[in-house]
Amino acid sequence: MKALRLLVPAFATLLLLFVIPQFLLLSRTGDASVWWRLIDPLYATIFGRTVAMALGTTLVTLLVGFPVAWALVRAVPERWRGSFLLLVTLPLWTSVLVKLYAWVFLLRSGGLLSQFMSLFGSDSPSLLYTTTAVALGQLYIELPYMILPIYASLERIDGSLIDAAQDLGASPWTTLGRVVIPIASPGIVAGSVLVFVPSLGSVLVPDLLGGAKTAWVGTLITSQFGQARDPAFGSAMAFTLSVLTLGTFLVFARFLRKAQL
Amino acid sequence: MTLEPPLRPARGSLSVERVSRKRGEVQVLGDVSLEVVPGEFVTLLGPSGCGKTTLLRLIAGLDAVDAGRIVISGNDMTMIPAHLRPVHTVFQSYALFPHLSVFENVAFGLRIRNRPEEEVRSRVARVLAAVHLGGLDSRAPSEISGGQGQRVALARALVLEPDILLLDEPLAALDAQLRSAMRLELVELQRSLGITFILVTHDLEEAIECSSRIAVMRAGQIAQYAAPREIFEHPGSVYVARLVGMENILEGRVVARTETTARVDLGFIEVDLQEAPTGDSIHVGVHGEHIRLSRLGGPLEGTVTEVRYLGEATRCRVRIGAATLVANVSPREVVRAGDLVSLDIEAASWVGLRP
Repeated sequence: MKALRLLVPAFATLLLLFVIPQFLLLSRTGDASVWWRLIDPLYATIFGRTVAMALGTTLVTLLVGFPVAWALVRAVPERWRGSFLLLVTLPLWTSVLVKLYAWVFLLRSGGLLSQFMSLFGSDSPSLLYTTTAVALGQLYIELPYMILPIYASLERIDGSLIDAAQDLGASPWTTLGRVVIPIASPGIVAGSVLVFVPSLGSVLVPDLLGGAKTAWVGTLITSQFGQARDPAFGSAMAFTLSVLTLGTFLVFARFLRKAQL
Repeated sequence: MTLEPPLRPARGSLSVERVSRKRGEVQVLGDVSLEVVPGEFVTLLGPSGCGKTTLLRLIAGLDAVDAGRIVISGNDMTMIPAHLRPVHTVFQSYALFPHLSVFENVAFGLRIRNRPEEEVRSRVARVLAAVHLGGLDSRAPSEISGGQGQRVALARALVLEPDILLLDEPLAALDAQLRSAMRLELVELQRSLGITFILVTHDLEEAIECSSRIAVMRAGQIAQYAAPREIFEHPGSVYVARLVGMENILEGRVVARTETTARVDLGFIEVDLQEAPTGDSIHVGVHGEHIRLSRLGGPLEGTVTEVRYLGEATRCRVRIGAATLVANVSPREVVRAGDLVSLDIEAASWVGLRP
């Protein structure tokens, strides 16, 4: 009984901020015809592209974030760790909008990047408003959300476990695979969820760095409520995205449970 | 003509040769040498910070030496990383893998070596039985007691049949009763397996009960390396004497000296030492157990100033002129503060101590 009572705030939050909005979305979709329009291969492509970008972002932030978190825990002396962690979180202190405009200045033709490249005599076209720019921006925005949970889980690994693994015959790589990664898996899964889910619905990055040239799920939904003036279709798409997100979340949760056994 | 086969180096021998190790600016170990014969149970004894755990980690290969050599079973292992050394460790914290069951913890080393499943099962089962841990296979480390965790750590290292087993204060976290039971089990296990054990501890009783030899460590050096009886009865220095609980350590003036022996004047008595350290003024010690008190008159008389009952013995402080001696007498003897007693100390009980 007591346990149930403790769950009330969590459930209330979930109801208020997730379940009710979903029903509001559903109620705005109007008749069933909007759902048929979703099957259009055009939208399937956009969904596919968005999922691929979100997966890619998750994978790359994981590949970059894990070594960074590992270095923070193992290579940085304890008294410096707080300052280094601050550096990782520093980008979170600024508005996403400001950070993305900084990237615009960095990537546009005549910007810092192309100036730097021209030093080597390479005539590089502007990266701005390309898929590469979107990917770079996405990685930049999401990286801290991958590093922090992995850092938290790595930090709790007792150094003696790593000593023990090596003492029992595990090479450094075997130690990583058999001891460190399994124990850090809750952090890895948490970081992956924190990166993957927002990446699916990302709007600002494709808008500002992609120049709205290529359609992504996030930008598409936004435009339905704006220029396209088709809130019913926008609601249907938003609802589909939510279901998709929930689905991947459940898959992640299953991974997590398996990893903890 | 036949060729003599090369002499096979003894498995389980250890030779630490002039090893040094610094941590930052601090010399944790300075020029330490230690020889261990196969099948020995050697204890590194000393207070925290004396370098005993560091020495163990250097033998395991978990830290690198700054200078010197480490030879295990006849092979120079100085540059060999930990995971390739035939040496395994029982860590003070046990360091059990939290994501693996008891069985998988013990099987860890065998799995890494890609042993066939059948062999893994039989070897793990055998070693778990040897440490009396049957039936806990599927438990998680968080679901077993400290004493059981200790046995898992032991089994995990022993299953790999190391040349040398290193134990870093393995009993420190156990309660007193369990500790003395485990101590006995460790000794029995070591005898039956014949594996060389090297134990780190700050517990004198543990060192004396378990070891074939004790290396007493002090500030990154080995102060004395000898059998437990020798360490206890003939501590070489004031430091070792204090460590083994020698109650009476006095300073006296040398009044006569041959090449090895010396006669020392302690004020109330003159003592003849068979082996005396150099110097005009030297330290002399005697265990409280070696002083007998009686009511008969004798050459050495004193007044009892304090009596404390300790269970196994009664500790009496006796004042003789300006000096005070501590005598541990049988608790059955009735001694009261204020009693006039005579002290009987065998001449051979006095030990000369280096400063």
